[in-house]
Amino acid sequence: MTLTAGTTVTVLAVALLAAGCSSDSAPSTDLTVLAASSLTDVYDELAQAFEAAHPDIDVDLQFAGSSRLASLIEEGAPGHVFASADRRTMQRVVDRGEAATDPRPFATNALTLIVPSGNPADVSALGDLARPELLVAQCAVQVPCGAAAAELYASIDLVVEADSFEPNVRAVVTKVELGEVDVGVVYRTDALAASDRVTEVSIDASWVVNEYSVVTLAGAPAEADRLVAFVLSPEGQAILAGHGFGAP
Amino acid sequence: MNRRPPLVLAIPAAIAVGLLVLPLVALLQRAPWSSLLDLLTTSTVAEAMRLSLVVSLVATTIGVALGLPLAWLLARVEFPGRAVVRALVLLPMVLPPVVGGTALLFALGRRGLAGQWLDRWFGLTLPFSTTGAVIAATFVAMPFFVLTVEAAIRQSDAGLEDAAATLGATPMAVFRRVTLPLVAPSIAAGAALTWARALGEFGATVAFAGNVPGRTQTLPLATFLALESNPDEAIALSLVLLAVSLVVLVSLRRHWVLR
Repeated sequence: MTLTAGTTVTVLAVALLAAGCSSDSAPSTDLTVLAASSLTDVYDELAQAFEAAHPDIDVDLQFAGSSRLASLIEEGAPGHVFASADRRTMQRVVDRGEAATDPRPFATNALTLIVPSGNPADVSALGDLARPELLVAQCAVQVPCGAAAAELYASIDLVVEADSFEPNVRAVVTKVELGEVDVGVVYRTDALAASDRVTEVSIDASWVVNEYSVVTLAGAPAEADRLVAFVLSPEGQAILAGHGFGAP
Repeated sequence: MNRRPPLVLAIPAAIAVGLLVLPLVALLQRAPWSSLLDLLTTSTVAEAMRLSLVVSLVATTIGVALGLPLAWLLARVEFPGRAVVRALVLLPMVLPPVVGGTALLFALGRRGLAGQWLDRWFGLTLPFSTTGAVIAATFVAMPFFVLTVEAAIRQSDAGLEDAAATLGATPMAVFRRVTLPLVAPSIAAGAALTWARALGEFGATVAFAGNVPGRTQTLPLATFLALESNPDEAIALSLVLLAVSLVVLVSLRRHWVLR
């Protein structure tokens, strides 16, 4: 029995060691990028294009809500580049002295409305959100997309009694897609990404935008600055535009 | 005789204890003790606490009312497909709650398998309602009651039930006067477990019932959202849930530890 237990421990130790030191064949640099959830699809594409241009750099992407990422950075999580969905969260990281450079705005995202296919409740304008019989889903005000929605309503004195405050924007899309609500307030990029499953009702809400910014974190290798430069380059901006992001 | 445990066993055991205890110590160390009372008396938190109590207690009541007959049936009646039913009852315990909540949405949502008829015939919409939160909590928590009580009934002495039956007691009387008193401690333990699970329920609730303050935003949902904006509030809420869990464990310790 002792032998079995000893073998198990050995196997575990070897596995842990193997996990610790990954591919050591090529002299490559690993970059860890912490990016807001709403950047999931576009950063996957950006990282692929960047790696194609720089074969010696491996990009490792971590996605989560911006605030969650800021907390992780404050707790000392390893990361080299941070891309935030809003200014407030970026400022938090800068104030804590975690940033190596000034934040660079790289994209904007405006709000729009999505409805289940066929638009059963006949939603056509932002003002419809005030219709009492309409089931409305939006993000919780604690996350950036919910804060932006609240700011949008306030800017035009619209009183909206939302029926659900989802913890993230993807959950809003799901509730609309399943027809559980009549309309959802989401980012334009989310509407575009889900365009085969939900219908977008375009509104002009361009005066309320989330500004995305990116920063190199303290202690990052020089390659991190090249990645930031790539995001800001015409090629990077074209990829962002393709996903529905606005120019900074 | 003082037996020294072999190091090969003692070290992993110590690591296991450390892994389980360290996060709790860290939570206590980070707790904003001075402002705790203020954090816990805001209207959002008070509302979430009230709602959590209501939802978890109603879910436990439903779990007991439906789970007790089911536990008895599984323990005492041979019927075709019993093994399948038992596996189905246990499924919510291993299924990720978010998956369970999404499945509930497909079943009872406004366009769901059964939900579309509820909506059409009775104008009843379950998502985004407290009823929906109760259903989600019952879905994930009831198996804990069924499992505990079924095991207790199976381990109880069937001979006593037979004796009562030979003496002329009807099956219902046997259940009420013999079976129930025999397994009463397990019913209490199962109900406590079910309540604790319902109180901590997050995934199925947020997927099925959404997050509506005052209607479906229970303590775990409020905690999750507080993490996005106000970590101190999240820690304060976590402490409440931790305290409740400890109380449940302590009250169950006779049931488990001293068995």
